[in-house]
Amino acid sequence: MSMREISYARAGMEALVEELQRDPTTIHLATDAPPSLVEEFGAARIRATPITENAFSGIAIGAAGSGLRPIVNWSMVTFCFVAMDQIVNQASKIHYMFGGQQTFPIVFRSSVGGGTSLAAQHSQSPYSMFMNLAGLKLILPSTPYDMKGLLKSAIRDNNPVLSFESTRLMGFKGEVPEDDYTVPLGVADVKRTGSDITVIALAWLVHEALAAAEEMAKEGVSVEVVDPRTLFPLDNETMRASVQKTGRLVIADEAGPTAGASAEIAALIAEDPATFRALKAPPKRVCALQVPIPYSPTMENHVFPDRTRIIAGIREVMEAG
Amino acid sequence: MPASPELQREMLRQMQTIRRFEERASDDYQNGAIYGVVHCYIGEEAVAVGVCSALNIDDQIISNHRGHGHCIAKGADLNRMMAELYGREDGYCKGKGGSMHIADFSIGMLGANGIVGGGLSIVTGAGLAAQLEGKDRVAVCFFGDGASNAGSFHESLNIAARWKLPMLYVCEHNSWAASTSSKMTHAADDVAGRAAGYGMPGVVVDGNDVLAVYEAATEAVARARAGEGPTLIECKTYRWRAHTERPGAADPRPAEEIAAWMARDPIKHLVDDLKQQQGQYSDAEFQALDDQVLAAVNASVAFAEASPFPAPEAALDDVFAD
Repeated sequence: MSMREISYARAGMEALVEELQRDPTTIHLATDAPPSLVEEFGAARIRATPITENAFSGIAIGAAGSGLRPIVNWSMVTFCFVAMDQIVNQASKIHYMFGGQQTFPIVFRSSVGGGTSLAAQHSQSPYSMFMNLAGLKLILPSTPYDMKGLLKSAIRDNNPVLSFESTRLMGFKGEVPEDDYTVPLGVADVKRTGSDITVIALAWLVHEALAAAEEMAKEGVSVEVVDPRTLFPLDNETMRASVQKTGRLVIADEAGPTAGASAEIAALIAEDPATFRALKAPPKRVCALQVPIPYSPTMENHVFPDRTRIIAGIREVMEAG
Repeated sequence: MPASPELQREMLRQMQTIRRFEERASDDYQNGAIYGVVHCYIGEEAVAVGVCSALNIDDQIISNHRGHGHCIAKGADLNRMMAELYGREDGYCKGKGGSMHIADFSIGMLGANGIVGGGLSIVTGAGLAAQLEGKDRVAVCFFGDGASNAGSFHESLNIAARWKLPMLYVCEHNSWAASTSSKMTHAADDVAGRAAGYGMPGVVVDGNDVLAVYEAATEAVARARAGEGPTLIECKTYRWRAHTERPGAADPRPAEEIAAWMARDPIKHLVDDLKQQQGQYSDAEFQALDDQVLAAVNASVAFAEASPFPAPEAALDDVFAD
């Protein structure tokens, strides 16, 4: 397969263009209609909506229930909070509540994370709020390859899928095939193999974990980096197999720890008897501090975890057993 | 176009079916065969029937917590409706929805929605699908005066008007949002007046006159199919029952107000019309109709009782589609 380097953001756009070409029932709803999409697919399918996340999220649900495959872009994830009724009460429940009689294929895209000095209402990683529901699939790509492949799978899926896309990674470049491919939902990716400790990292922190692994290798510590890639379905098997192999675990997440994805992952590791028995030390979470995201860089940088804190976490676990 | 004599008789059958179905649902709720909550539409039958009589089978509607009337008027199967109320396997939602969530996508019934204002944008998406697919379909939202104050009302009507979606927004103004009078929540008497702000027609109709509702809906459907966009139709009506059938629930509505509206029974209104205008409708004919309706309702109960309860582990089915 021939490859080329493109950015994370570009990979998302390519997925969109190819799926819009592939399936005439796909439409795009967002407060900004990307000009290149309007030019290729027309203003009827590529709709610029009023700033009404509640309404256009609901419109997507009704359009999906009537035979279309809407792709919605909320832009920043914080904007979707005005659409919570449509996400929580409607999108996640109506397939089940109506006895499975209709499918609702919808993708809701949004950017997550921080590091941009945009303060609390434009910086957040709230994916665990949606993990707590039943009925939504959740993707969280960390590379251009995963972005394009996961987004294509999401668009072809017959369920509502939320795509959380890392703000910090938009310009990040990586290899992406020229040809059509997909990344299945629910399959984690071991981004680096190692034997002494597992770091399960999410989104931007996959890259910080890889940098930390490089650093620890100099000290003779072999770090395995596992990227779940999708938070629902969540690939228990790959995560547990890695921890059974290394016996040690650090979980790195740009979100806060409380009832977060990191908490869920820690529970899934700990409640599995074979994995629990393999643990040589208690698992360690390296997460954002549990505060709204502050504006000033000195404080914002203090709130977020990074490679330095992951290294500290790895050392702590290695010393514990 | 006025409703033909045949259509008027069909309207009467549907209205009487809604009333008898709900009387039975209320009884069976009181005796414990139906669970949770039941919201009765009795008194408002002319709205659902008048509007749905102007629709085709492939036109789509969305309903609300008080949804039995909309289901019946759109042609839903009484047996599967009653089985759903009974929480049985053969119910429309396999026992997962109950009274508040009956849907039948095969007849364009996009579901009763338990969140006030929740259906407004969803059905607007059905209108968008109809427009994009180039079908001659229209989409209809049934909502109350309570929902008309929710943000989704404003967002959805503005979008539908701007995009000229083939829609009818039907406000069933029964003057009470649960136990709060619309006098306490609306500064203006008419919701329809807001239509001007969105650039769409708004009309006020006697919601207890099924023929008046039908005529207003027919006109709005013609506009929608001609690509001229949505219409807001406000039907002034009243529910005879309390907000829910829950025993002992407070109902603050004045007795004289209820009595005044019950004197304007939409079913009696149509019977009188049939007698006066056609001079050939007799009490015996109405009695025969009622017997048929009661037989159909009794059959739906028998169907529901014969249907098994879902297996407990069926709770795990249908969270996701394949």
